[in-house]
Amino acid sequence: MKYASQKVAYAYFVVAMGLFAIQVLGGLLAGWIYVAPNTLSELLPFNIIRMIHTNALIVWLLLGFFGAAYYLVPEESEREIYSVKLAYLQLIILVVGTLGAVASYLVGIHGGREFLEQPLWVKFGILVAAVIFLVNISLTVLAGRRTAITNVLLTGLWLLSLLWIFAFINPSNLSLDKMYWWFIVHLWVEGTWELVMASILAFLMLKLTGVDREVIEKWLYVIVATALFSGILGTGHHFYWIGLPEYWQWVGSIFSTFEVVPFFAMMSFAFIMVWKGRRNHPNKAALLWSLGAATVAFFGAGVWGFLHTLHGVNYYTHGTQVTAAHGHLAFYGAYVALNLAMFTYAMPVLLGRSPYNQVLNMCSFWLMTGGMAFMTFVLTFAGTIQTHMQRVVGDYYMDVQDTLEIFYLMRFGAGVAVVLGALLFLYSQLVPQREIVEPGDEAAAPERGQA
Amino acid sequence: MSEILTKSRARNIFYGGSLFFIVVFVAMTIHSHRYVVEKSTAGMPLTDAVKLGKEVWERHSCINCHTLHGEGAYFAPEVGNVMTRWGVLDDPEGAFEILDAWMKAQPSGTPGRRQMPHFEITEEEMRGLADFLRWADQTDTQNWPPNDAG
Repeated sequence: MKYASQKVAYAYFVVAMGLFAIQVLGGLLAGWIYVAPNTLSELLPFNIIRMIHTNALIVWLLLGFFGAAYYLVPEESEREIYSVKLAYLQLIILVVGTLGAVASYLVGIHGGREFLEQPLWVKFGILVAAVIFLVNISLTVLAGRRTAITNVLLTGLWLLSLLWIFAFINPSNLSLDKMYWWFIVHLWVEGTWELVMASILAFLMLKLTGVDREVIEKWLYVIVATALFSGILGTGHHFYWIGLPEYWQWVGSIFSTFEVVPFFAMMSFAFIMVWKGRRNHPNKAALLWSLGAATVAFFGAGVWGFLHTLHGVNYYTHGTQVTAAHGHLAFYGAYVALNLAMFTYAMPVLLGRSPYNQVLNMCSFWLMTGGMAFMTFVLTFAGTIQTHMQRVVGDYYMDVQDTLEIFYLMRFGAGVAVVLGALLFLYSQLVPQREIVEPGDEAAAPERGQA
Repeated sequence: MSEILTKSRARNIFYGGSLFFIVVFVAMTIHSHRYVVEKSTAGMPLTDAVKLGKEVWERHSCINCHTLHGEGAYFAPEVGNVMTRWGVLDDPEGAFEILDAWMKAQPSGTPGRRQMPHFEITEEEMRGLADFLRWADQTDTQNWPPNDAG
C-alpha cells in the first residue's frame, strides 16, 4: 500500500462482502421457494425475498466500485485521497440506508418499481452519498496525475450518479415510467458500469501483467468507445413491447448485436495482456478472477444477451426464464467476478502481507463459476420449454411452470454450489492464515513411502 | 496500426462518438415520449382511478412476482394482458368483480402451489387496480404478447 488513505477501501470491501453473503443466501431461499412454494409464503413472501436478493446485489457491487475507486485513484493520481473522513461518512450513510431499506422491506414498506424499491429517504441518502463520493474522488483526481484509467472510471461514476436522478422520476403513465426506468437499469449495467468495469480491469492488468501503460490505456479507450457506441442505442432492445414506437425493434436489434463487441474485446484484451506481460505476479488468484470475469462476462452478457436480443426472437422469449438465465450469468461474470478480482488483488495489500489462501480462493472461483454456469444452462432449458409451450402453443403460465419442476430443482442444486463457493471465498478473504509455512529442508525429508 | 490509432485519437473517438450517440438517443427519446402520450396509450384516459391503481400496484410490489408487459419477476403470470385473458377488458364492473374475488381468495394454501399473499386493499383501491390493469392492457405493445396466455 503506497498511500495511507487507500486503507478506506478495506472498510468498503468488508461491508460489500457482508452484503454479498446476504445476497446469495436470499437467492438460495428464493430458489428453494420455486421448489417448495409454501415455504414462508405468509411470513416472508417471494416478492420481499427477491427484493432483498436484487437490492443487496446492487448495493454491494456499488460498494465494491466505490472501494475500488478509493483504492486505485491514489495510486493513479499519485496522492492521498482528498478527505478520508468524507469517505467514511459516505460509507456510513450507505450502510444506514441499506439496513434501513432491508428493515422496511421486512415490515412491508417499499416502492414497486423493480430494483428501485427503496423508500424515498434511502434514495436521497444514496444521492447524498454519491455526491460526497464524486466530490471527494474528483478533487483527488484533479489535483494529481491524470491517467486514462481515472478518466474513464470518473466518467463512468459521474454518469451513473447523474442517471440516479431518474430514480425520483416516476410518471403515472406506465409506458413512460418503463421508458425512464430503463435509463437507470440499462444505462447502468450496459453503459456506465461497463466503463467502471473496463477501467478496473485495465488497472488490474497494469498491476498483474506489467504491460506498458500506453498500450493498456489506448485499448481501454477503444473498449469503452465500443461499449457506449453500442450500449446507448442498444437500450432499444428494452423498448420493443412496452408501448414505444416500432422503430426501436430495428434500432435495438442492430445496436444491441454490437453490444457483444466490448465484452469480446475485454476478454481478448485480458488474455493478450497476460500473454504479452512478463511480470510473474504472486497473486495468482487475482489473475484467475480477472481472466474469469472477462470470460464469463463475454458469455453471460455477450452470448446469452445476443441469444434473445433480436426482436424476432425476443417477441417469444421476452419475460421468460431465458431472461433469468442471461441476467444471472451476466451479472456474475461482468460485475460480481470483477469485484471479487479486485478484492482478491487488494485485500493482501491492504493488510500489508503477501497473497494468502490462494488455493481456497481459486477453489471458490471454480465452485461459484461452475454453479453459475450450470444454473444458466438449466434456466435456459426451462426458458426454451416455457417459450415453446406458453408463447407458441399457448398453454397457460401455471400449467407450463408445473412441467418445469425438474429444472428448478437442478437450479437449486446449482445455487447450493454458488453459496458454498461464496462462503469459501469470504473465508479465504476474511480469515488470513496466521502462520506462514516455511519451506523445510528438502534433504532431511523422508523419501516417499518411507515416512 | 499503433501509429494511426494513438491513445489521444482513441480518447477523442470515445468522447466525440459517445456525445453523438447521446444526442441521437435523447432526440429519439423525446419523439418516443410524445408517441406514448399521443398514440400508444391514448386508447383510455389516464384517470385518477388508473393513477391510484398504479400506486396500489407499486405499494405491494407486485412486480417482484408478476411480469407487466414482460418485465418483472418470472414467478407469477403476466398481467399486462390479464384483463383480455379474463374477457373483461371493456367491462369495468366485471373487471373489478373478478379481480376482487381472485385477490380475496389468496393465499390459496394449496400444498405445492405458488402462493399469492393476502393484501389489505380497500374497494376504491381495488377498482383503481382493475382500471390500471385495463389501462395497461389497452396499450399498443406492438402485438405483444403473442397470445392470451401472456
